[in-house]
Amino acid sequence: MWFFTSPRTIVFGEGALEYLKELEGKKVFIVTDKNLRKLGIVDKVVEQLKETGMEIRIFDKVEPEPSKQTIERGAKILSEFGADWIIGLGGGSCMDAAKAMWVLYERPDLTIEDITPFEKLNLRKKARLINIPTTSGTGADVTWAVVITDAERKVKLELASKEVVADISILDPALVLDLPPKLTADTGMDALVQAIEAYTVQWKNDFSDALALRAIQLIFKYLPRAYKNGKNDPEAREKMHNAATMSGLAFSNSQIGIVHALGHSLGAVFKIPHGRSVAVFLPYVMEYNLSEAVSLYAEIAEAIGITDGSNEEKARRLIEAVRKLMREIEEPLSIKEMGIPREDFEVKLNELIEKANESTGTIVNPRVPTEEDYRKLFLYAYEGKSVDF
Amino acid sequence: MPKFPSEEWIKEFCKLVNENKAYEEAAKDWEGDFLFIVTPDEGLDREYVFYVDLWHGKCREVRMLKSRDEKRTEFIYEGPYSNWKKLIKGEIDPIKGLLTRKFKLKGSMMKIMRATKAAKELVATASKVPTEFI
Repeated sequence: MWFFTSPRTIVFGEGALEYLKELEGKKVFIVTDKNLRKLGIVDKVVEQLKETGMEIRIFDKVEPEPSKQTIERGAKILSEFGADWIIGLGGGSCMDAAKAMWVLYERPDLTIEDITPFEKLNLRKKARLINIPTTSGTGADVTWAVVITDAERKVKLELASKEVVADISILDPALVLDLPPKLTADTGMDALVQAIEAYTVQWKNDFSDALALRAIQLIFKYLPRAYKNGKNDPEAREKMHNAATMSGLAFSNSQIGIVHALGHSLGAVFKIPHGRSVAVFLPYVMEYNLSEAVSLYAEIAEAIGITDGSNEEKARRLIEAVRKLMREIEEPLSIKEMGIPREDFEVKLNELIEKANESTGTIVNPRVPTEEDYRKLFLYAYEGKSVDF
Repeated sequence: MPKFPSEEWIKEFCKLVNENKAYEEAAKDWEGDFLFIVTPDEGLDREYVFYVDLWHGKCREVRMLKSRDEKRTEFIYEGPYSNWKKLIKGEIDPIKGLLTRKFKLKGSMMKIMRATKAAKELVATASKVPTEFI
């Protein structure tokens, strides 16, 4: 037995934001960040909401990789305000923050750490959740994962509950038209990592496979265009926006693997944006997984038009295609290229391994790494050396 | 061949855990004891309770208890006999078993979720116990 969980409604395409006009309720609480407010994106949402007559409160203090403290502060304001709709507006940080604040609002008797698949949260007694992504990558608008940083322990809390999946996800490509190239690349690679891991982890299933494969096709085709052409290529923007959410549905209903275990660890220790910190490990982990997942990588290769040769040849050509894509969108291909000095990296190596080993991605990866494997993966990814073990 | 559930089975399980190097590595920092509770169904006529003390990659102590009230532990892992059978046969992933509510876990979820690799090794070990089911 397994299950597929998704929002009840996914609104997508040009003008999707207008769906907000149909909401009925008394109070709406928007969880976002200052930058989106400055860029006028919050105004676009507020403009639609005004037609509902609802009272609107905006919490714009979400920082990248949001902390427990921010969540607790936001939840307190939300409780005082008493919303019946909550909107997570932004990238993964804002949407994850909205999910976590929602839980604490509905269940003040719980702590953030109680957001686990084993705890009955009984949400939706006070409010419902809408997610509106403003980047095309995290898939957080449709996932049941919540990533919050525990600043004291310097660790990312990988929380999850099916109940925090939003009721509605709104994918309006107008909100991502002006994404800067670097953010387009980082978030687009995040979506690719999610989809490739979803297709290869041990918990993969028919539903996640379908979404993962289509997302991978869209990303290989449209990410370079979205990166190069930006707002002049609305088709590429829209396709990437859809691909990111499909990738989110795929991995949320299967699992993440060790690209995420390594990336979360690197991101937490060296404060690197999520998309970039996971992307750098993708080709190395694919090489590492080859012995267990060669036919799955071959299937992905075929889906993007690599059809000649044996399964191993197709899989290796897929890995090369990933590296080519990363070069095209100027993503770092090694940890060294990220500018982390070797001595700093070595000092933190044991901590990096320990954190990766604690990730749930470790056990469902097609090849389950030992600590020594993790050590080598970190070192090979630092140097940019192809995996040979 | 030890019967499941029985004192003989849990002692054999403990012995094999202590021979499992992968478990030892994955659980080297683990400190915490469990009650494994097998609730009756499919011909099992009563509840069976095992005390399992896991410490720094080793199984320090196991025994069968008369009831769940006999010992307080940090964690309780509980499920019906039919699901324990599937778990031991490797037909249920231990974490998936929790997610699909085939098993219940009481205790710090955050602590368990940081030890999923160790949990998987424990189940892999259970599958290696030559087992006769009732």
